[in-house]
Amino acid sequence: MNSLKKILLGEQGLVVIFVVAFAVVALAVPNFLTERNMLGLLQSVVTIGIVACTMMFCLASRDFDLSVGSTVAFSGMVAVMASNMTGSIVTGLLAALACGAFVGFVNGIVIAKFRINALITTLATMQIVRGLALIASDGRAVGINDPSFYQIALSRLLGVPTPIWIMALLFVIFGFVLNRTVFGKNTLAIGGNPEASRLAGVNVVRMRIWIFALQGLVCAVAGILLASRITSGQPNAATGLELSVISACVLGGVSLAGGRAAMSGVIVGVLIMGIAENVMNLLNIQAFYQYVVRGLILLIAVLLDNLRSSSANRK
Amino acid sequence: MAYLDFKGISKAYPGVQALSDVTFSVDKGAVHGLMGENGAGKSTLIRILSGDQAADSGTIAIDGHSQSFTSVSDAFKAGVVVIHQELQLVPELTVAENLWLGRFPSRAGIIDRKTLIGTVGAKLREIGIDVDPAVKVASLSLGARQMVEIAKAVMLEARVIALDEPTSSLSSRESEILFALIDRLKAKGTVILYVSHRLDEIFRICDSLTVLRDGKVAAHHADIALTERPEIISEMVGREISNIWGWRQRPIGDTRLNVEGLCGAHLPNPIEFSVSQGEIVGFFGLIGAGRSEMARLMYGADQRRQGSVTIDGAAVKADNPKASIEAGMVLCPEDRKFEGIIQGRSIRENITVSTRRHFSPFGLIRPKKETSVAEHYIAKLKVRTPSANQDIVNLSGGNQQKVILGRWLSEEGVKVLVIDEPTRGIDVGAKSEIYEILYGLAAEGMAIVVISSELPEVMGISDRILVMCGGRIVTEVGRPDFDERAILAAALPDHASAASHSSGTIR
Repeated sequence: MNSLKKILLGEQGLVVIFVVAFAVVALAVPNFLTERNMLGLLQSVVTIGIVACTMMFCLASRDFDLSVGSTVAFSGMVAVMASNMTGSIVTGLLAALACGAFVGFVNGIVIAKFRINALITTLATMQIVRGLALIASDGRAVGINDPSFYQIALSRLLGVPTPIWIMALLFVIFGFVLNRTVFGKNTLAIGGNPEASRLAGVNVVRMRIWIFALQGLVCAVAGILLASRITSGQPNAATGLELSVISACVLGGVSLAGGRAAMSGVIVGVLIMGIAENVMNLLNIQAFYQYVVRGLILLIAVLLDNLRSSSANRK
Repeated sequence: MAYLDFKGISKAYPGVQALSDVTFSVDKGAVHGLMGENGAGKSTLIRILSGDQAADSGTIAIDGHSQSFTSVSDAFKAGVVVIHQELQLVPELTVAENLWLGRFPSRAGIIDRKTLIGTVGAKLREIGIDVDPAVKVASLSLGARQMVEIAKAVMLEARVIALDEPTSSLSSRESEILFALIDRLKAKGTVILYVSHRLDEIFRICDSLTVLRDGKVAAHHADIALTERPEIISEMVGREISNIWGWRQRPIGDTRLNVEGLCGAHLPNPIEFSVSQGEIVGFFGLIGAGRSEMARLMYGADQRRQGSVTIDGAAVKADNPKASIEAGMVLCPEDRKFEGIIQGRSIRENITVSTRRHFSPFGLIRPKKETSVAEHYIAKLKVRTPSANQDIVNLSGGNQQKVILGRWLSEEGVKVLVIDEPTRGIDVGAKSEIYEILYGLAAEGMAIVVISSELPEVMGISDRILVMCGGRIVTEVGRPDFDERAILAAALPDHASAASHSSGTIR
């Protein structure tokens, strides 16, 4: 019992859970372990996976961002509308990236500079940005004029769709940034002890603004890919995304108290969320039940986080 | 007749014997003073009396019955209430609600407001407290809140009330009202244990007095009227100077750090002093004297209102710690846990958190370089750890302090080191090591500011001492003139205000 506990709460506990769950599912669920389904599974977690990269930084520095779902929808919207308006997809993409980064930047300024609680601030921007997306589109989906926009999501490299490559690339980049750069280490230091970090010469305010701006930028990437895949700008896209992303991060061992995060954990967290959903689809479980399961997964993730940090404190 | 009886109370914390064999008793209806330097064990004794912590050995007896409190509510039941400096009232509730909190008079879950207000009103009148029971505590002055806290103790039918520095945030008029209340409680036979630094107050209201020093009873005065003030001061101090300090003469150079007219929100009176190359200047004062506030202000951790800080003649634009570090000033903060260590991160990262920007081209950390820097300082400062990757929370206090010193030694061009409570919670062996590190840095020409609440430490390691009291530097003493009694006397609040009329040493 004790050794089981040690494995589950240890550094590699999550990986163990993941491997066991994967093996069980692969054996028990028909059609799960096929190339087609695997690619489908990965496709389905692209949005969560991409946004989780920067959410990890947000949580690791003891912050919180609820506005990601709205930012994804809004920047997808901007990408489509700006492309349609200018006739240039590149311009559309740049506009979307700029808008996403701007939303994040505003979050960062309000939270870090004016010291407003991150939960409240992003709860507000979540609604504001969603509102902007609805206003811009008059509440309707906006179709894409230039069909080459679809190609972003449809194109493949070595048989694997581009969005999956982009997600994998971002996993590598942000894993590197977290572990090997001053930016990443300072993020973890701020989460570990903000006052000590400030006294040690870390510019905490600027770091937090950067983290939020980066979060917005990455949301825009996810928004563009999502718009391309659903072939339109949808003002109601990605509702509830923030909760899935935070669940995935927490499940991946990112501490809500800050200071503890690992890219490998987040990747596993994302995949666990994806597998749960994928399996329920394969087993034809009604969509309504999926909410219950997602909620349960989040609850278990938080309980695990709690157990893990209390066992870390006892050391 | 002894009513409250402490018998052989001992208590150890890791590395510190906080109390050893403390024995004294207080008569019914007496006000008993408890004095001692910071760290003498007053707070620990009060905490044990309150039931918040258990003694390792010894007993507390009340009216001849020995008690064993395992919680604060046990102590309440035995009629013991401790009133801490931070008051335990809910600001958004009314006075009456606060007094009944936890046991509201109610019928079927609905609070009986008439009883609530009525009983409290009667009780307040009975003990002579002029406060409306129906107003919110938030609207009351600090003095009135203190009264409410005492009324709460009376409502609990406390037979023993301990007050920890009750006047520290009261005006003198509010203090007088408090003293009158204490007199009335005394007349009712309540035992009052009164903890204070202020000799004037002790003489004003206490019948008897116990002086603690290093966790032991240094003296007991059954009748305070027969006691002289200097006697008490030497009892508080009277420890032999041991030789763990290892101070030795060092060449002292030109002025390195110069502070002029420094003031901020928590430190309204301008501060002025300077420290030379190779000099260790100690700041002594009681808790709340403004030493740490001064350090934080100087370092740019808090917003500076006015004044200038210069290092080697160059002004430090200290609106943030980073600017100070770049100008060559570093701070080892007072509270290691909340301001010093970065929990959950490794020793390596805790050492390199500031300095890594120097060896990370384009922000990319070179892990080998980072590890070698960390290991260099782990070896140099003799940090006891199996590896640089160990989480810093697993280290002892002394080793954590060395890691924070390592953080700054690895930084380039440090000219001024400010170290606040260098050895708080650190065992004797590690203390000497930390002093040696400081002497070594001073010998290399660094200007060092040491802030400490431990007088022997300040006297043991400083070349010069500045005494602070009430947010001002009140006295400056050079090493040849170090005198424990004079320094402690200067740091005591009422003494300082009395002295400011007569003495020429005040700046």
